Amino acid sequence: MISPEKCIGCRTCELICSFNKEQEFNPKNSAVSVIIYDEAAISVPMMCMHCEDPACMKVCSVSAISKDKDGNILIDRDKCIGCKLCVSACPFGNISVHTETKKVIKCDLCGGEPKCAEWCPTGAIEYKDGSSINLTKKKQIAERFKEVFGEVPK
Amino acid sequence: MYGWTGKILRVNLTEGTLKTEPLNKKDAEMYIGARGLGTKIFMDEVNSKVDPFSGENKLIFMTGPLTGTLAACPGRYEVVTKAPLTGTIGASNSGGHFGPELKFAGYDGIIIEGKSDKPVYLFIDNDKFELKDASHLWGKNVHETTDMLTEENGEEYKVSCIGPAGEKLVLFATVMNDKNRAAGRSGLGAVMGSKKLKAVVVKGTKSVKVAKPEEFITASKDARKKLKDHPVTGGGLPTYGTEVLVNILNESGALPTKNWEESNFKEADKTGGEALTNSYLIRNKGCFGCSIGCGRITKTPEGIFEGFGEGPEYEAGWSYGADCEVDNLAAICKANFICNELGLDPITMGSTIACAMEMYEKDILSKEELGRELPFGDAEGIVEFTRQTGLREGFGDVMALGSYRMAEKYGHPELSMSVKKQEMPAYDGRGAQGMGLEYATSNRGGCHVRGYLTSPEILGIPEKIDPLVTDNKAAWLKTFQDLTSVVDSAGICLFTTFAIGLPEISEMLRTAIGWDKTDEETLQLGERIWNLERKFNIENGFSKKDDTLPDRLLKEPVKKGPAKGKVVELDTMLKEYYKLRGWDENGIPTEEKLNELGIK
Repeated sequence: MISPEKCIGCRTCELICSFNKEQEFNPKNSAVSVIIYDEAAISVPMMCMHCEDPACMKVCSVSAISKDKDGNILIDRDKCIGCKLCVSACPFGNISVHTETKKVIKCDLCGGEPKCAEWCPTGAIEYKDGSSINLTKKKQIAERFKEVFGEVPK
Repeated sequence: MYGWTGKILRVNLTEGTLKTEPLNKKDAEMYIGARGLGTKIFMDEVNSKVDPFSGENKLIFMTGPLTGTLAACPGRYEVVTKAPLTGTIGASNSGGHFGPELKFAGYDGIIIEGKSDKPVYLFIDNDKFELKDASHLWGKNVHETTDMLTEENGEEYKVSCIGPAGEKLVLFATVMNDKNRAAGRSGLGAVMGSKKLKAVVVKGTKSVKVAKPEEFITASKDARKKLKDHPVTGGGLPTYGTEVLVNILNESGALPTKNWEESNFKEADKTGGEALTNSYLIRNKGCFGCSIGCGRITKTPEGIFEGFGEGPEYEAGWSYGADCEVDNLAAICKANFICNELGLDPITMGSTIACAMEMYEKDILSKEELGRELPFGDAEGIVEFTRQTGLREGFGDVMALGSYRMAEKYGHPELSMSVKKQEMPAYDGRGAQGMGLEYATSNRGGCHVRGYLTSPEILGIPEKIDPLVTDNKAAWLKTFQDLTSVVDSAGICLFTTFAIGLPEISEMLRTAIGWDKTDEETLQLGERIWNLERKFNIENGFSKKDDTLPDRLLKEPVKKGPAKGKVVELDTMLKEYYKLRGWDENGIPTEEKLNELGIK
């Protein structure tokens, strides 16, 4: 889950993501990118959404992209031939190309413990189950109804 | 090489030539990077007596071995040259994203030589580099320049540039990167302007490598946790920004007010971090890799002070606020926005206006001369004269010289609250004696970030010491100055030192570079850097006679508050300080000391 209103645009997520895969620091080889809008005073971290019906997986001609038992979409780097069809197919632009190997880079949730969420200093990136995100937002809206129409407890 | 990239870009503006060369590893191991290594290269290549605006002066952009890594707050680079405001070594560092990007392009630093005939900018895209025409950018402000350069080259480029103030050689013009981040003090932007270099534009796609990746990550994680858990770096700074200090310093009786005539501002609360958070703050902002987020994105409402940008930081909020007795926060924000846009140091700018206000109230400066009235508390005045100075219009042409030269011109240099012609910021040495010693001995004149004794004296970090006494201040200051030299040279933010110290910083350096220097050896690198800078200043004729403070701090006791009756007892502290430093009675490093440190 991303909360751009909490993001300070520090790009720590880009650093730890590239490091976790390569043992080197290179934001250009990160699976997460922070898009910074100066004039609008907001920064948005962007990464793979792990779609239910992933366009990248469908378009991959060597079956390098698969869905695991938890619904995470993963790329097998050994199978990947670097054709970049998935880069074109992803509707969010969340797949990029490695600056040196030219193979594709995509979030793999770090095996279930995403480093970007762990290292984010402000909680702008959190790793949560999809249904709990839904519930949190529901509660935020319900809270407003409660404030407007609710009785003040005695 | 680990930590460093191992490559320097050398640009000669007179000849129009550019070439890369290997980093001298021996020097890097002795002077770390950024401030230390930049100064070492500068002093090896430039005659110390050089005129700052001549073609023989060089301008060096230098990153540190931790810049662009995942170290704590690793976003910094240093600009080094001979400073036009002070005539001392000039070194200022800045955060944002530019420094790391230079590293990702594969360079530890850039050495800029000579002077161009026409405006140019330096373009760097990994291994491609060239000088491009900047005629269309000349005269544009920092924000316009940055937007035009990213438009013509691509939005992924990072920009460091000067505004009109740098072009017009305002003696305290800044080098600005990422629009609102400044290598702010001593007029380095004017040197860039004198070379007709409008900007440096960089994009990189290479990696920064560290020697021991797993150990480095452990060290970094430990440092970041300490930052998160600390009440200043994990509480006060992210919540209120650096402006959190306004009320703290005011309560300590150390908030210089009315050009330092007083030490307490009764309207301070209206200008502090709490007020800013509750009014014009839009969002917090962090520099590259930062886990503190003290930056403030702010917006002031419609009207004469309408604006949008970043800041103010504490020292800017103080110079325009308490020092000018202005309690209008929108005006303070607006004046600070203009500094960022035109490329001015808000500490010197606000202090120069405060000095002019005192001169006006004492009938030294007339309304005719100024072009308008300028009493203390004049909110429109601070905005108007900031604009005039950045563009060198009207009386701004005189203010562009800084407070010392302005006050001297009218026969009253004693009204300039400066050391070595650079204005002291925001902490009254009479109420914090160690800060008094720091101002007197800083290698770039009046400056608070070369050994921040406010930390123990006012904030009680790492332990509380009595701000009103002189005992032991020399020893505290020496350690802080040496440690700060290490921090600046490593390429990380000084604010980390609220929460972490020598052990954490040494460990990040060890694991990044792969050297085995102990904590003590690391601190000695800082001492070496401090002495090298001192050597440069000595070669320019500076000595004990210049390690002093304005008479106001030495002779006029504080009128009320916790520091009532105090002046800075400088002589006692200075004598002890020279002795601890291994310098002679005149403040000159002895041959023995220089040999011990390996400085030729």
